[in-house]
Amino acid sequence: MKVHLKVWRQSGPNVKGRLVDYTADQVSPDMSFLEMLDSVNETLIAKGDDPIAFDSDCREGICGTCGVMVDGRPHGPDSCTTVCQLHMRRYKDGDTIVIEPWHAKAFPLIKDLVVDRSAFDEIIQAGGYTSVNTGGAADANAILIPKTAADEAMDSAQCIGCGACVAVCKNAAAALFTSAKVTHLSLLPQGQMEAAARVVAMVDAMDTAGFGGCSNEGECEAVCPKGITLKNIATMNREYRKAMFANR
Amino acid sequence: MTLDSKVPSGPLADKWDRHRFDSKLVNPANRRKHTVIIVGTGLAGASAAASLGELGYNVLSFCIHDSPRRAHSIAAQGGINAAKNYQNDADSTWRLFYDTIKGGDYRAREANVYRLAQVSANIIDQCVAQGVPFAREYGGQLDNRSFGGAQVSRTFYARGQTGQQLLLGAYQSMMRQVAKGSVTMFTQREMLDVVLIDGKARGIICRNLVTGTLERHVADAVCLATGGYGTAYYLSTNAVNSNVTAAWRAHKRGAFFANPCFTQIHPTCIPVSGDDQSKLTLMSESLRNDGRVWVPKNTGDKRHPNDIPEADRDYYLERKYPSFGNLVPRDVASRNAKAMCDEGKGVGDSGLAVFLDFKEAIGRLGRDTVAGRYGNLFDMYRKITDEDPYKEPMRIYPAMHYAMGGLWVDYNLMSTIPGLHVLGEANFSDHGANRLGASALMQGLADGYFVIPYTLAHYIASTPVAKATTDHDAFKEAEHAVQARINRLLAGKGTKTPRALHRELGRLLWDEVGMSRNDAGLRRALRRIPELREEFWQNVAVPGDPNNLNKNLEYAGRVADYLEFAELLATDALHRTESCGGHFREESQTADGEAKRDDENFAYAAAWAWQGDGNAPELHKEPLVFENVKPSQRSYK
Ligand SMILES: Cc1cc2nc3c(=O)[nH]c(=O)nc-3n(C[C@H](O)[C@H](O)[C@H](O)COP(=O)(O)OP(=O)(O)OC[C@H]3O[C@@H](n4cnc5c(N)ncnc54)[C@H](O)[C@@H]3O)c2cc1C
Ligand code: FES
Repeated sequence: MKVHLKVWRQSGPNVKGRLVDYTADQVSPDMSFLEMLDSVNETLIAKGDDPIAFDSDCREGICGTCGVMVDGRPHGPDSCTTVCQLHMRRYKDGDTIVIEPWHAKAFPLIKDLVVDRSAFDEIIQAGGYTSVNTGGAADANAILIPKTAADEAMDSAQCIGCGACVAVCKNAAAALFTSAKVTHLSLLPQGQMEAAARVVAMVDAMDTAGFGGCSNEGECEAVCPKGITLKNIATMNREYRKAMFANR
Repeated sequence: MTLDSKVPSGPLADKWDRHRFDSKLVNPANRRKHTVIIVGTGLAGASAAASLGELGYNVLSFCIHDSPRRAHSIAAQGGINAAKNYQNDADSTWRLFYDTIKGGDYRAREANVYRLAQVSANIIDQCVAQGVPFAREYGGQLDNRSFGGAQVSRTFYARGQTGQQLLLGAYQSMMRQVAKGSVTMFTQREMLDVVLIDGKARGIICRNLVTGTLERHVADAVCLATGGYGTAYYLSTNAVNSNVTAAWRAHKRGAFFANPCFTQIHPTCIPVSGDDQSKLTLMSESLRNDGRVWVPKNTGDKRHPNDIPEADRDYYLERKYPSFGNLVPRDVASRNAKAMCDEGKGVGDSGLAVFLDFKEAIGRLGRDTVAGRYGNLFDMYRKITDEDPYKEPMRIYPAMHYAMGGLWVDYNLMSTIPGLHVLGEANFSDHGANRLGASALMQGLADGYFVIPYTLAHYIASTPVAKATTDHDAFKEAEHAVQARINRLLAGKGTKTPRALHRELGRLLWDEVGMSRNDAGLRRALRRIPELREEFWQNVAVPGDPNNLNKNLEYAGRVADYLEFAELLATDALHRTESCGGHFREESQTADGEAKRDDENFAYAAAWAWQGDGNAPELHKEPLVFENVKPSQRSYK
């Protein structure tokens, strides 16, 4: 089948970008969305044109490297699916697809569909860890953790840091991303020691990095490819209030 | 040059303790005066950077991704081994050691493997302390599963995302050091050369992938943790940016490359569907715990699998290997799948697939239990193939997965270039000719958390290095060479894309240097690879700008390196006329078609030295001495 594309092209951060039309011929339904883009690039490269820059690595939905707006929705139409796992059987012959980068102040554009998401690293750096050095850890079974707590922590820890939550949010807030880490660690005994300092530092880092404030719209939950829920944001807010109260 | 493995003397179980005691230390107050470069932020690189940062060294960390958390380790699914014996099933350090060395078909170094088994338990403790949410039992203790043919349950896991959780643990620890200033992170940098001063590794040249600028970084020592070379085969389970570039450039500067022909082909991957496919997706090995592998008994049976009665099915692994059944090691499972397809019994449109069937398991355990164990894998399978494994068997086929071979290192993880250490999948150290499931994560973290902090200290404390800056001639020369190569790539105004050439190389390697290899095929490959390389340089298309993000330029450089590396891979495969582990030479098999090792002639690690463009590489042998185990023919019957 054949699909028509309107792709955001912008050669660098300080130049104007625009949507450019391309056609992908010979698209097979078994192709992934990114393989369809590969095929467009193959044609461009062979002609000596600059291919469309987009990011990807694992192509199986776990590294969080890929991520573009497909018809206005991060990662495209399928729920709980990264764009690298989206397949062309979702489309029909003659469809037109608009592909744009994440737009957010904290994610400056590098080129075409590629943005800089290092602001997420800054949030983790502010406190998204337990302060234990290598060596000297107690036997792993010395810490008992109820299965339900471990499972819930895992639900939050699954975040792949792709940035879809920020991209869809009208405030470009990073609350879902940050809260997933806060929740993961707050559910476990290992994370208790630093819980108060962690949540405060991470929320501050979020503001410093230029992310907007969360106004509980909930779009982030709807587009998260890993199904991270709004409950995480509620947990973060609760942890934050607790920390503020303790500090008074 | 004689290869000195630096394995300490004394009884196996005491070697590591003794070695640590004999190693020199760096005074805590002096550590920050020593700069260490670590290239790669996968499990090996991130754990090393975190640990060395905590100790107080000045660490410079590099990766090609936009965030260190995206390293390919993130994709590991199944789990990580450790000799904890939490399940009271008679596991021990010795058993993990024995299984690993046997699984590697007696082509690994005893002392390294024993150390790996020893530190495995510490890894789990460390990860739990970091908050890695491993699976738990109802009583709150850690859960384990049996994995990849092991007869004990020693595999720790976090759903089907163990690699992700372990990597995030290491990444978070490293980011903590970034905040403290002991680690400086350089993302979106590709290392393109190692710089040697007075014969020692003292720095790197890397390209800033966003601006295109070449950068020089100087240090007292360099560690490479840049992963494996599976993507040489184009289609593999590895992430698409995985590459051999860093290791290959180090090889060309004098680091020996060991056992490149030891590659692992994983039996349970989603089959190839078309020419445009860019990668293959692994279906975790754990599926073989409950899934049954079969093909139709009769060639050309094109009925829907659900319509093929039991009598017309061949559960060939259960038939041929009654004691291990579907859980035979990876190499055995892969080879048998190929044999079935070669006999014309393969299924699916291409005939290159076998069934993995959960009907019996669903009947025995119920759909919910099966969903609990494998739900995320079943979903992934459905997304990719549009078929429902709850209702019909999966189709699977082997795919290139892991590189046992890598840069040669001694017991201290140091390569043949003094000061250049190699960690994780990038080295050749622990898995011999075949890696057991769930032991790559273990090795990566062992190297980074528990080996390199000691051995690197010893190197630094015992090796005086001259003061040097990035103005040194060696930096200028290396940068110049890198620039010249980039210019040469950009001059390519041909019509073939790097991907088309990579795909062609991959197909050649898969056909001739894949699951089974023979003299004639390897010679064909060795004739064809230089032709492909020639074609690359004559006809490659690399449009665009060097001073900007140019992914096609990056990719072209990696393909160019693969076109050189592939020749070494095939050369090594040709020279090793025995079959062992993942390396199956058709000329060397038993009467019933199993791999036949030749200990008399091949009980060594083959370490190849680069001899310059156009010259044959030189073979150095590190004899493998087994003082504690007796090499036996592996049997899983
Ligand atoms: C799909 C899949 C599933 C797996 N499942 C398991 C499992 O269940 N259990 C198990 O034990 N093992 C598993 N493995 C194997 C295991 O994941 C890998 O062997 C291991 O993670 C490799 O870790 P590493 O740190 O050596 O390298 P990687 O994680 O590959 O990291 C390489 C790093 O080097 C960087 N890099 C590469 N080249 C350059 C360069 N030129 N310049 C700068 N930086 C560079 C990259 O950016 C990256 O940070 C699996 C592998 C795959 C593919
Ligand atoms: S490329 Fe890894 S999540 Fe899409």
